Amino acid sequence: MKIVVCIKQVPDTKGGVKFNPDGTLDRGAMLTIMNPDDKAGLEAALRLKEQYGAEVTVVTMGLPKADEVLREAMAMGADKGILVTDRVLGGADTWATSTTIAGAIRNLEYDLIITGRQAIDGDTAQVGPQIAEHLDLPVISYAQDIKIDGDYVIVQRQYEDRYHELKAKMPCLITALSELNVPRYMTPGGIFDAYEKEVTVWGRADLKDVDDSDLGLKGSPTKIAKASDKVRKGAGEKVVLDTEEAVAYLMGKFKEKHVI
Amino acid sequence: MDFSLDKKHEMARSLFREFAETEVKPLAQEVDETEEFPMETVKKMQKYGFMGIPVPKEYGGQGCDPLTYVMCVEELSKVCATTGVVVSAHTSLCIDPILTYGTEEQKQKYVKPLATGEKLGAFALTEPGAGTDAQGAQTKAVLDGDEWILNGSKCFITNGKVADVYIVIAITSVVTDKRGRKKKNFSAFIVDKGAPGFSFGTKEKKMGIRGSSTYELIFEDCRIPKENLLGPEGKGFPIAMHTLDGGRIGIAAQALGIAEGALDRAVAYTKERKQFGRSIAQQQNTQFKLADMAARIEAAQLLVYKAAMAKATQKVYSVEAAKAKLFAAETAMAVTTEVVQLFGGYGYIREYDVERMMRDAKITEIYEGTSEVQRMVISGALLK
Repeated sequence: MKIVVCIKQVPDTKGGVKFNPDGTLDRGAMLTIMNPDDKAGLEAALRLKEQYGAEVTVVTMGLPKADEVLREAMAMGADKGILVTDRVLGGADTWATSTTIAGAIRNLEYDLIITGRQAIDGDTAQVGPQIAEHLDLPVISYAQDIKIDGDYVIVQRQYEDRYHELKAKMPCLITALSELNVPRYMTPGGIFDAYEKEVTVWGRADLKDVDDSDLGLKGSPTKIAKASDKVRKGAGEKVVLDTEEAVAYLMGKFKEKHVI
Repeated sequence: MDFSLDKKHEMARSLFREFAETEVKPLAQEVDETEEFPMETVKKMQKYGFMGIPVPKEYGGQGCDPLTYVMCVEELSKVCATTGVVVSAHTSLCIDPILTYGTEEQKQKYVKPLATGEKLGAFALTEPGAGTDAQGAQTKAVLDGDEWILNGSKCFITNGKVADVYIVIAITSVVTDKRGRKKKNFSAFIVDKGAPGFSFGTKEKKMGIRGSSTYELIFEDCRIPKENLLGPEGKGFPIAMHTLDGGRIGIAAQALGIAEGALDRAVAYTKERKQFGRSIAQQQNTQFKLADMAARIEAAQLLVYKAAMAKATQKVYSVEAAKAKLFAAETAMAVTTEVVQLFGGYGYIREYDVERMMRDAKITEIYEGTSEVQRMVISGALLK
């Protein structure tokens, strides 16, 4: 079995967020981690590898320094790493990103593609399902459990108050939740090995069946009006009133703020 | 000269730090209070290869270098010095001598399970009458057919009772020199737990590193196979001294970690603690103390890393190891004492980590060669 796992290097929210003048994230200036949902997806792939035997390839798109997140994945047990990086791919929104990743994956053999549900920097949850659309694959999102049954995957898809059990024929794409598992640590020897291995680096020219008009900032329909770091809320206002007064107070505030 | 770490070492450090913060730190106070050996943590470290970091892969290890191993002990000791010394004694004092002096059979039989962490190791040199003066040891070994028979006792043995494999130093002959003085010849042995006649005495109650298992070992007509002699007969003393050179780098890393952990807590606490209407970190007395500690810790780190690099590239590294251990241990003691002072009354309360750290720091000036021994090694090299 061949599994492709899509991972993203995201800002470590503990380290503060920095922006470029155009509103996009200044990724070069921030501390980074592997996106937690993606890490769960990678762990799921590594467990499938242990259980059923598989080759796990990790793919990421980003700055050259995103090489680090691939090395981390290989230090956890992934077999190969592919970095898609090119100036013309910068500033991509979810559409341009999924177009790019799909263009890279078209070069690979796969039975299963696993992505995280969403990245903690964008929180869109769009890229995984969009990749499936580009590649014309079935998609099962929000996976909380994954099993293999012959040519099929059986996945528990999380819902608010229940889960759905879905069966899909491979090849297909699954988006993983961080609740899926507790990812393993790297090993020291794994880290040393990961830095011995080559990471494959692909640019625009290596992407298969994609148009330039769908790539990078120019190919992104999303326009960012304004971006800012999290603004701290003030202390708020505390009032002690009896019930009727409280209702009147709240109604007044709602009207004042145009909530009603 | 470049003092920056390369990417693989940076990544290894982030691994050790994350593991220490997540898996070790939450248990540190409990391990100290209950004096219970952190077996669950050791099992987790086994799973992730922490028990054989500088050991070649062909012998079950991780194939990393001494620097990576040293950073592991450092990061573990930042949050729990007990966990740090478990790894250090196991790796430096038990695996390393077998790897250095063992036969291929001994490496296959002992290093593999030790490096994977399936087995735990210990080292036994010290005796009630032989501390710094290791020549005062009394434990004897006599060859009887295909077996060595050991008699005597060893004390203050780290990982005692929990270990499966012990390196034991014993007298194998006494010779008289031309002037009629008697000289003991020592040999090193590999002893398995469960060897007939090998038992454990009392468990020591200690000031610090209280979760580390410290026991007396007793050998009463203890029989071990002839092939468990480690290195040539009569070379036990140089083997022990060389092993301790490596061990001192591990303990230096433990001391460094304790000092760094204490400084981290001091920075956080002094920013929060308010006296006279402002945080104590805004007061110059605190600022100067923090600055002195930070400078001293970085100096210790450079010495420790230099010693680790010397172990990787040189045959002899006694002086580098002695300087690192001396300076890092005295830094740990000075820094933790100062940090307790900055915490004031809270620093004296057991609920706060810094009280434990000050108790833990003291042993680093004593075991694997006291600070006085390190000064003897350093000055001996200067004056020879």
